[in-house]
Amino acid sequence: MTTVFDVNKVRDDFPILKQWVNGYPLVYLDNGATSQKPQSVIDAIVNYYTTTNSNVHRGVHTLSQQATDSYEGARAKVRQFINAGDDREIIFTRNTTEGINLVAHSYGRQNVGPGDDIIVSNMEHHSNIVPWQMLCEEKGANLRVVPIDDTGELLMDEYEKMLGPRTKLVSITHVSNALGTILPVAEIVEMAHAHGAPVLFDGAQAVPHMPVDMKELDCEFYVFSGHKLFGPTGIGVLYGKAEYLEAMPPFLGGGEMIKSVTFEKTIYNDLPYKFEGGTPDIAGAIGLGAAIDYVNDLGFDWITSHEEELLRYGTEALSSIEGLKIIGTAAHKSSIISFVMDKAHPHDIGTILDEQGIAVRTGHHCAQPVMQRFRIPATARASMAFYNTKEDIDALVKGIDQVLEVFS
Amino acid sequence: MAGLSDLYQEILLEHNSKPRNFRKVEEANQTADGYNPLCGDQITLYLKVIDGVIDDVGFQGTGCAISRASASMMTQSIKGQTVEKAKEIFDAFHHMITEPDGELDLDTLGDLETLSGINEFPTRIKCAVLAWHTMNAALSGESQVTTE
Repeated sequence: MTTVFDVNKVRDDFPILKQWVNGYPLVYLDNGATSQKPQSVIDAIVNYYTTTNSNVHRGVHTLSQQATDSYEGARAKVRQFINAGDDREIIFTRNTTEGINLVAHSYGRQNVGPGDDIIVSNMEHHSNIVPWQMLCEEKGANLRVVPIDDTGELLMDEYEKMLGPRTKLVSITHVSNALGTILPVAEIVEMAHAHGAPVLFDGAQAVPHMPVDMKELDCEFYVFSGHKLFGPTGIGVLYGKAEYLEAMPPFLGGGEMIKSVTFEKTIYNDLPYKFEGGTPDIAGAIGLGAAIDYVNDLGFDWITSHEEELLRYGTEALSSIEGLKIIGTAAHKSSIISFVMDKAHPHDIGTILDEQGIAVRTGHHCAQPVMQRFRIPATARASMAFYNTKEDIDALVKGIDQVLEVFS
Repeated sequence: MAGLSDLYQEILLEHNSKPRNFRKVEEANQTADGYNPLCGDQITLYLKVIDGVIDDVGFQGTGCAISRASASMMTQSIKGQTVEKAKEIFDAFHHMITEPDGELDLDTLGDLETLSGINEFPTRIKCAVLAWHTMNAALSGESQVTTE
């Protein structure tokens, strides 16, 4: 049975939400860019630096052992959170971007050659376009782009047609950051595997909002950032199937990722350390572990039903505003509402909302090809998290009234 | 703290809804593209310069109210001026927006003074100066400029 939480009690766990901005209570609707942190995450980081700070996997002393236990404990939490089979399959990175670059540099350079194909979609974040463009340029490979329809749905027929023996990787977003579309990930994997192609999902916008299960999904790689999942910045995760990670060369060379070094030969460390060169963000990983604990306590049953209601309420409210158009109207959406207005440019919308304490993102959302697809320069985007309320949406609507007043 | 009414003055909103010289100048001999990669604002500026005088000027592109109004007002203020004078106006405008010390060269700025409230909104300064940097680039023989 779903436990129903009082959202106002949940909000009490997030000190930043009590703030006033420009004379108004903060209405934070920019969770797609980064999420706020509960007190338990802040405490975990402070506690680590106050009591445990030490380097991991190095010393024989007590603090080093405690730091190692906490760091590896965080890895186990991540593994459970995404239901992966083995801690060795969880690589800590800085963020989603680094995870994708790791796969491009390591797996990509090893396996992609002239004339091969890498498939992405028209609704990728730049971080899931540029690393592949760089790889394709280096290797003489082709970047194939699956088109989307006017609602922001992936055209699955076109995707299936693109798959073939030259497909070396399918790298697609799980949830679109600019449109909110939730992609049919199970079908994407099934079709790719039918052609022997591995799949990477950019889960940055998915993991804060819905359960993901690596065993069930069966993708080869899955990447996300800690800071969008209510954890700190500077920590991210790459999940990879062990047999893939084992076969891949290291990404960053240095300390931590080696077993032994001589000037003649270096023997690389085992998974996951092979991919974690240098001292990692230990406090970040521990903070991420605390964030996962927090999300688990709330549970996705409540989180998804609360956010679905916010999305329904917000979509209805914004749709009824004259001259406002929602960009991204897929049937299955995460709690993201991107919009444009006839009379006001997104940046003007953003400034006028900010003057009322309302934080939204404006611009191209690091997804310029999406903007080009819809022939718009930018959008304003309200992206909700579980701590948002219907009152936040009401404030947004009132804020937009002010935009209309200025540009009347 | 400046409020919205300091930023979105009537004259700015009017230039946004009816931008002046919003056209391509077919006989332009100095043009440049300005682009703000952060927000996607884009402008193409056309200058027809004869004997050191800006005989005609026009612009096209997409952007927010501030970048559009700033571009529109700029074209009005530099049309018919010498290149030297246009650079003087640039300096006065740039100073007003980026170094708000209260010292305004009102003779040089004219109506542009109404845009001074933008300096209270650091995130919008780039919007206001895009057209101006594009003009500077065009006058210096550069074809592209970006602000970020």
